[in-house]
Amino acid sequence: MAKTLFEKVWDAHTVRTLANGQTQLLIGTHLIHEVTSPQAFGMMRDLGLKVAMPHRTFATVDHIVPTDQVSEPYADPLADAMIKELRRSCKEFGITFFDRSTGKQGIVHIVGPEQGITQPGTTIACGDSHTSTHGAFGAIAFGIGTTQIRDVLATQTMALGRLKVRRIEVNGKLRPGVYAKDVILHIIATLGVNGGTGYAYEYAGEVFDRFSMEERMTVCNMSIEGGARAGYVNPDETTFSYLKGRPYSPKGAAWDSAVARWKAVASDPGCTYDDVVKINAADIAPTVTWGINPGQGVPITGTIPDPLKASSADERSSIEEALAYMKLKPGAPIKGTKIDVAFLGSCTNGRLSDFQEVARFLKGRKVAAGVKAIAVPGSQGVGLICAELGIDKVFRDAGFEWRSAGCSMCLAMNPDKLVGDQLCASSSNRNFKGRQGSPTGRTILMSPIMVAAAAVTGSVADAREVFGVSAN
Amino acid sequence: MALDKITRVSGRAVCVPGNDIDTDRIIPARFMKCVTFDGLGEFLFYDVRKNADGSDKPHPLNEPRFKGASILLSGMNFGCGSSREHAPQALQKHGFRAVIAEGFAEIFLGNSTTLGMPCVTASREDIARIAAAVEKDPTLAVVIDLVAKTVSFAGQSAPIAVRESARDALVNGRWDPIGELIEGASDASAIATKLQYMSA
Ligand code: SF4
Repeated sequence: MAKTLFEKVWDAHTVRTLANGQTQLLIGTHLIHEVTSPQAFGMMRDLGLKVAMPHRTFATVDHIVPTDQVSEPYADPLADAMIKELRRSCKEFGITFFDRSTGKQGIVHIVGPEQGITQPGTTIACGDSHTSTHGAFGAIAFGIGTTQIRDVLATQTMALGRLKVRRIEVNGKLRPGVYAKDVILHIIATLGVNGGTGYAYEYAGEVFDRFSMEERMTVCNMSIEGGARAGYVNPDETTFSYLKGRPYSPKGAAWDSAVARWKAVASDPGCTYDDVVKINAADIAPTVTWGINPGQGVPITGTIPDPLKASSADERSSIEEALAYMKLKPGAPIKGTKIDVAFLGSCTNGRLSDFQEVARFLKGRKVAAGVKAIAVPGSQGVGLICAELGIDKVFRDAGFEWRSAGCSMCLAMNPDKLVGDQLCASSSNRNFKGRQGSPTGRTILMSPIMVAAAAVTGSVADAREVFGVSAN
Repeated sequence: MALDKITRVSGRAVCVPGNDIDTDRIIPARFMKCVTFDGLGEFLFYDVRKNADGSDKPHPLNEPRFKGASILLSGMNFGCGSSREHAPQALQKHGFRAVIAEGFAEIFLGNSTTLGMPCVTASREDIARIAAAVEKDPTLAVVIDLVAKTVSFAGQSAPIAVRESARDALVNGRWDPIGELIEGASDASAIATKLQYMSA
């Protein structure tokens, strides 16, 4: 019978059905970082448990590492303690740790693909909701809590209910100046922030066929912001050529048999989905958020919604709450909203192609007076290539601070934070109240190129106008 | 390790209204700099409860009459956003034993169940009725019955829905799956040896 990739991977990793009806699912690859794993190691020690398959867990530090300080001890003693704790646990349990000294450190969702650890047909778990990123390779990847990290460490399995599969097809051609980030912001604005509850999203169609791996990762990354526990793209030649030659990719004869397996794991023609949604690429505009969840987005040419025009009492109160927090005026154009900070980075848009694309347009331009602009490569690897290509220099010359790898201002558990009610044009994935470190800080999500446009003009701007992106 | 069979949660309730209350709001990221979950309770909803100088903002959890509440009432998509278990941990450490909302985000629901903290859904109207009754009398006992799938309060009763796998795990005392998972571990390693990427 024709099956989806999700069903094939799920079935291949099913250990058994548990008493409550959930599946005991084998987790092929486990990724950990310094914030959500120390407590899990603590639970392991309390219960006297051993790590079942230490060679299938990989660690790095990203959330709290300072991006402006390289040598230890870090200025924040709590951050320093957490990183040392992870180092100690990895040593004790025999886990590979991409520490800063290895040159391979970075945001966990950037490091996995970069190292070739993220592969098609695998199951992946990580104590971080953006684990869905890895689905870009045709893996089924879940964000999990700390107790589940303990479960995976102790048994290499976890208990989970099977998900339904919704295929989201984006066909046609994206208009110039429209990027992967706009595609996912558009999908979330269309289906809602909880539209994906109970589903894994399969992204497909001509747009995804043409997308690079990095663009696919940007979309899969934000599946969780649409409520979907996982999101994936079927593996194809683009996937295989990305993986070829990476440190953990199969080599020689093993490579050929891996590619054959990976091809076979893709969804079969004629398989059935629980739901199908079709989107026309030409309908997607450069999209920015105006509110306090990632679904509250509008085209850059649009206006800030007016609560009085809301279609329901619910919608009205959510618009009112968002506008009160964001200090934005209903009915006003979103374009022209003054910004204080521009942040380029995160697991959504902190990859090489993001910096490359922005650098193309940023050359010779300057960050507007009064705007603090920071660019943070998602991994040491990304930072290194940017330096080789002179991309860091383009950013510095334009007035950006160029940092070392980490999550930085995406969640501000490190020294990079908004202050007061500063407004940040951000390439990250969450605009929740207080997300960027100040309880009253404000975030507008957008694509990297739109962040650059905001940085150079000092306000939310249409990158197509700022950088003269034409129809060809 | 034998776990409690959680068939009923009874206690006082408090309503924190709103939809899409995310885990960043439940526990802001800066309080996650900890190597254990102990002590998280005091930072629950911190930024919406406290001003920058540490003084109280108007918030239901700051009201003395709701002190000691162990059942939280809220709106749609509760617990969305980050997968941080710090969120249900903070609720539990603050004294909450159950959450009744119109809907829950997946990861939050799973994390809470694993801690033995039921997340049950009820209709907006019923949640409003409970909230109104509690508003009138904060000492009122609210009783969630996971077997009968009802919530009762002030002589009234309303239906609740619970994900069946979660309900089964709670009422049968197997909400922490570690024991069962360990039983299946040898089957798991047999499958792992057949998967090339795991044996390499
Ligand atoms: S970059 Fe942001 S969203 Fe991504 S893992 Fe780090 S904190 Fe989480």
